[in-house]
Amino acid sequence: MAYWTADEQQPAYDVIVVGSGAGGGQSAYTLCLEGAKVLMLEAGRRYTPWTETPMFQTPDQAPLGGVGTPQKPFGFYDATVDGGWQVPGEPYTQANGAVSDRRGSTGAHPQGGAESPFEWWRARMLGGRTNHWGRISLRNGPYDFKPRTRDGLGFDWPINYEDVAPYYDKVELLVGVYGSNEGLENTPNSPPGCLLPPPAPLVSDHLMRQRAKRLGIPLIPGHRAVLTRAQDYQDAPARLHPGNPQAQKLVRLAMLSRAPCLWATPCGRGCAVRANYQSTTVHLPPAMASGNLDITTDAMVYEVTLGPDGRANGVSFVDRTTGRQRHARARVVILAASACESVRILLNSRSTQFPDGLANSSGKLGRYLMDTVGSTVTGQIPLLESLPPLNEDAADGHQLYTPWWLYQEQLAGKLGFARGYHIELGGGKRMPGYDTAAGIEWLTDGSYGKKFKEDVRRYYGSFVGFDGRGEMIPNEHSYCEIDPVVKDKWGIPVLRFHWKWSEHETRQAAHMQRTFGDIIEAMGGRCHPPVQTDGARAIAPGGSIIHEVGGAIMGADPKKSVTNMWSQTWDVPNLFITDGAVFASNADKNPTLTIMALAWRASDHILERMRRKEL
Amino acid sequence: MVDRRTTIKWVITVGTAWPLLGPRIAAAGPVEAWQGSSPAQGYGTDPDLLKAYKPGDVWPLTLTAAQQRLAGILSDLIMPADEHSPAASAVGVVDFIDEWVSAPYPNCRDTRSIVLSGFEWLDAESRRRFGKGFAAADAAGQTAICDDICDAARATPGRRDAARFFAVYRDLTAAAFYSSPVGRKDLGYIGNVPLEHFDGAPPELLKKLNLV
Repeated sequence: MAYWTADEQQPAYDVIVVGSGAGGGQSAYTLCLEGAKVLMLEAGRRYTPWTETPMFQTPDQAPLGGVGTPQKPFGFYDATVDGGWQVPGEPYTQANGAVSDRRGSTGAHPQGGAESPFEWWRARMLGGRTNHWGRISLRNGPYDFKPRTRDGLGFDWPINYEDVAPYYDKVELLVGVYGSNEGLENTPNSPPGCLLPPPAPLVSDHLMRQRAKRLGIPLIPGHRAVLTRAQDYQDAPARLHPGNPQAQKLVRLAMLSRAPCLWATPCGRGCAVRANYQSTTVHLPPAMASGNLDITTDAMVYEVTLGPDGRANGVSFVDRTTGRQRHARARVVILAASACESVRILLNSRSTQFPDGLANSSGKLGRYLMDTVGSTVTGQIPLLESLPPLNEDAADGHQLYTPWWLYQEQLAGKLGFARGYHIELGGGKRMPGYDTAAGIEWLTDGSYGKKFKEDVRRYYGSFVGFDGRGEMIPNEHSYCEIDPVVKDKWGIPVLRFHWKWSEHETRQAAHMQRTFGDIIEAMGGRCHPPVQTDGARAIAPGGSIIHEVGGAIMGADPKKSVTNMWSQTWDVPNLFITDGAVFASNADKNPTLTIMALAWRASDHILERMRRKEL
Repeated sequence: MVDRRTTIKWVITVGTAWPLLGPRIAAAGPVEAWQGSSPAQGYGTDPDLLKAYKPGDVWPLTLTAAQQRLAGILSDLIMPADEHSPAASAVGVVDFIDEWVSAPYPNCRDTRSIVLSGFEWLDAESRRRFGKGFAAADAAGQTAICDDICDAARATPGRRDAARFFAVYRDLTAAAFYSSPVGRKDLGYIGNVPLEHFDGAPPELLKKLNLV
């Protein structure tokens, strides 16, 4: 077990896992703890959160006060390295012919109707996006797997909630998710012992809950992958790996190595004490400790190779440290490189047998790309002005949230859009910095001098924000394909994106705006900027919520989907996809928890088939 | 020509569209993507996050002595000493602004253009009205000029660009001030320390706000 360079790899493995984020990490974990020999290939560099995470660093210690730049888009201290909307030397293109070297401006131009740009976030590092993600961990509900049955739009999954529920249980138990069971519609409860206690609400949360309730909008404890107390290292391992004492031991040790939340420092920086979920702190350590996982970083996979029997026999990759092309062999190949990157690898794996890309006999590879509908309203609340000093770092947000609450009104056709959204809330006295007093002329009449300092003290902590996160219905106009001309610096053909929202999404965004405006008014506050009721202007650009899924959707019909119910490609029996590419719909629930649950499920299936010598 | 609207919007979007989850906005806002013409530009995509940086550590500072002097005077007009905290210039605001306007990133370049044009406008306006540059004018004269441009909504059409400059400069001053330990103390921020448990909102405060 260890990190190996391309020269040091074993001649062959049971399974190659491409990618090391939520899907790749979960796949490697499940396979290795059950005895399979796995090679993980990660395009980015090795990353060790326990030595690299800036836990208590303050803005005065960072260039530009830590503000985001094109090289660190989410701020200097964000965990992401070598990533962002643009990765130097690795462009992508848009359908209108432009090389995507610029970001659109959120809300500044209409996003509906015509084709609009798609923005692709990548993180070239071990653990991928799990190092910086928001940790919001929501289960899809029963409706979310059968949306077409419910409203006639989009696609049903070939599985239902009951198929995935045991894996949600296991993932929650393994990674550690806080939350509560409220029994609300299509918002599943977890079995006893799965969830950790949710953090206490902030003052602003209490006010939001009180006033939203008057509007009939429920606020309940959020669900995030943060340890609000130590994990149950005594009983959980046996629940996760019954009959496997070695795996239980490794998981017990891994759980003991994680500290509970310190109630300080933003999760987006990563966590040196492993209190939140990152693939690098949760999935990979026990997998490596099993002795069954080899990891090669700086390995940019560009092709799945086929043997004469029509089965995958390995992958080709560029060793980024030398620029040389290499090959690795295995009995099974799992792609978990992120939805679009996995699609890109398959589209670039062309052969006489698969001239349009591997596993693309359906012609659906790259199709039905989805992101989450996003729209934000912020406001200022006089009731929250001039509060006494409070430590409101908490677990870094999402103490409360609002699950979609209008299922029945929607089904009755009263809303004008077919799918729902949840609300993420923000407020409190966050650590002051570059954003604390910027642009507040609308409150201060342009004060400066001593009055300005007084104004900032008065308004600090009185701002609130509401983020809508809604379901997009897959459509024929949103997809990616290989650009016929442009290649990246390794010579690998790049993706070209097509993107179009339907009115289901833009109307939903307008509904978000009106709703959030109503809540802010009910709190006695004012929205700034004003509510945007033109949904095409209210909706965030495609890709910008970084919930892109689809592109290799699972289905019951090989002619209409890329994988089957086991995330196994219809065309190549030993080729699986365990990232978001297989999603047949993109519920408002953030995709990561479902990616992990499906990866665990697919990996269990692979193990079973390997034991039966079918793979 | 620099699109000032874009620049201001960048600073302001980063500032206020989502004051709660700062990093999110920098990405969600209209940040023009940028691929430096040379990898040496900026701090790169993989900087050392554990090191403590000072202005000038990553790229050279570029304001002249006269510009720094003017910057200090203006910052202290915007954030003077009071009974809670010292003036802006005493907490390193000028170096922060120098770092910002000297940075290679496109939005910082745009801000540089706005700030340096604004400095020139201040000097020209002061000469026109008082026969001497802004730094040499007395406090009453300096305040009179700032009063004309401190609120873009009230500025006369001829002073609109100057008012936009003032808004950007005030944001920069505040960004520097509240990023500092002094600024955190001024606002009574008591977080960023490890706690054994988190108790949430104090019950007596909730009661006072009728939130129980």
